[in-house]
Amino acid sequence: MAEILVFSEKDDLAFELVSKGKEFSAALNMGLAAAVLGEGASARTDEYFAYGADRVYVSEHPALAEFHAETFAEALYQIAQQNDAQVLLLASTKRGKELAPRVAQKLGAGCVTDATAVEVQDGNLLISRYALGGNTVASELIKTPHKVISVMPKTFELGAKEARQGEVVNVDLDLRDPRTRIVERQEKVGEAVNLEEAEVLVCVGRGLEKKEDLVIIEELAKALGAEIGCTKSLCTDYQWLSEDRLVGLSGKKTSPRLVISIGISGQIQYTVGIRGARIAVAINKDSNAPIFALSDYGIVGDLYEVVPKLVEALQ
Amino acid sequence: MNIVVCLKQVPDLQQIRIKDRKPLVEGAPLIFGDMDKSALEEAVRIKEKTEGTKVIALAMGGAKLKDGIKEALAIGADEAVLLIDPAFEGSDTMGTARALAKAIQRIGEYDLILCGEGSTDNYSGQVGPRLAEILDLPQITYVRELEVGDGKLRAVRNMEESFEVVEAELPAVVAVADEINQPRLASLRDILRAARKPVQEWTAADLGLSEEEVGAKGAAMEIVSNLAPEQERKQIIFEGDLDEVTQNLVNALTKEGVLGR
Repeated sequence: MAEILVFSEKDDLAFELVSKGKEFSAALNMGLAAAVLGEGASARTDEYFAYGADRVYVSEHPALAEFHAETFAEALYQIAQQNDAQVLLLASTKRGKELAPRVAQKLGAGCVTDATAVEVQDGNLLISRYALGGNTVASELIKTPHKVISVMPKTFELGAKEARQGEVVNVDLDLRDPRTRIVERQEKVGEAVNLEEAEVLVCVGRGLEKKEDLVIIEELAKALGAEIGCTKSLCTDYQWLSEDRLVGLSGKKTSPRLVISIGISGQIQYTVGIRGARIAVAINKDSNAPIFALSDYGIVGDLYEVVPKLVEALQ
Repeated sequence: MNIVVCLKQVPDLQQIRIKDRKPLVEGAPLIFGDMDKSALEEAVRIKEKTEGTKVIALAMGGAKLKDGIKEALAIGADEAVLLIDPAFEGSDTMGTARALAKAIQRIGEYDLILCGEGSTDNYSGQVGPRLAEILDLPQITYVRELEVGDGKLRAVRNMEESFEVVEAELPAVVAVADEINQPRLASLRDILRAARKPVQEWTAADLGLSEEEVGAKGAAMEIVSNLAPEQERKQIIFEGDLDEVTQNLVNALTKEGVLGR
């Protein structure tokens, strides 16, 4: 029986895929399997069954001790070939996203990365992802027999766990040593912030002149009970805020009840991230900034004057 | 050392208009994506530090590429290979990677293949890893710092939780993030000089590729629709005295029921 094969280096994201995979498995009449790879893999299989996997392929091959896309792609390829896995569902983390096309190439498969929706249509999977820099959403079908899809985290809801068992298959893989070596890992100073679940969001962009001025944004956030988000340049180029706060195409897609975009011109790379907001507000000194067309309410003015006044008005 | 930089012309996203949810791409000028420019800049910087380095710009596209490639040559590529052929039209990432790989094999000598971690239009990030697979090379993606020398590379990758420092032997495929550098602008003198640099044009037949292997016929993907999401915002702008407009905004937000914890 053909199979759907789920993999993520992050178990909790793999569980989201397994949860949704049950639906695909029934509709496409395929088995639902997952691959758990690397050190300690055999101890991690139970929850995969609890979320709905029928089989779990396990390998603790020494070449899989650390994540190297080349090696993991070969491992998934061999598992897919040995077990007739036709659909590969991966989580679109950075690692998943670089893994997907590599394993797809091995399988001669079409591939969609960063999928934001996947649904069954006429016995195939219709996959959506942002295109044209976020201006559009493309819906695509993969025409090749094998299909590889990397799905954005949190696209699918985690299902309920059930007390059930499945088949653990220890797979025999023929892997060479990775040709890349990880020599050092500098942990990022992460923040415990979850913008995807924020009810109110205050986002700031390049209109802010220096890091110290973040304090006026913080005041507003405090007054609103809001989380702070930002555009790419503030976290990647200037590093004033951590990447956990990046909103947009390469960051978080948020759905707060209120978002206030401050000093943000409104390029598509950012606005993709606030599409889900119920009410959008913009504060910008340029009355021609595209952000105003994508907002419910706007104030044209210098953020350094408007924001403190707004804090006053809120109190 | 030979560095091949893969470039893709994309429509200038700032100039795409949406009408009835359909993107009007035809009017938008074609440019190289930000990350592609960073890949090129990085190649040129390596060349400036490493004697005997040649930078070859490789791109697949339409006739407009002949003009567009001048920018890459002006910035510092020594020569260019353009894959221009109606047979390539409609190629998806699989066909593109197949054609680029054939071209790289035809170029023959390569130590480093640089590309952007994604194109600015679709950002699917597929061509680099697919190329690496076809050419049987290691892939190093999301690179924000790169050092190359003595047949090796050392790269800092920007991952979710960490900066990961990796080493690999050359040849390798490296996909760069746009934060790796600030690409230079070409001077007028560079642009004039670039006109003398060699540009080759190769077709599918030159690469030994049939029409079934590339272009729309060789595509693994079928685009069912590509539309702007429906979105309607009220677009109410408050103008005038600052005390007044901020109060008006607070009133409006209160009415919407979005204030309060």
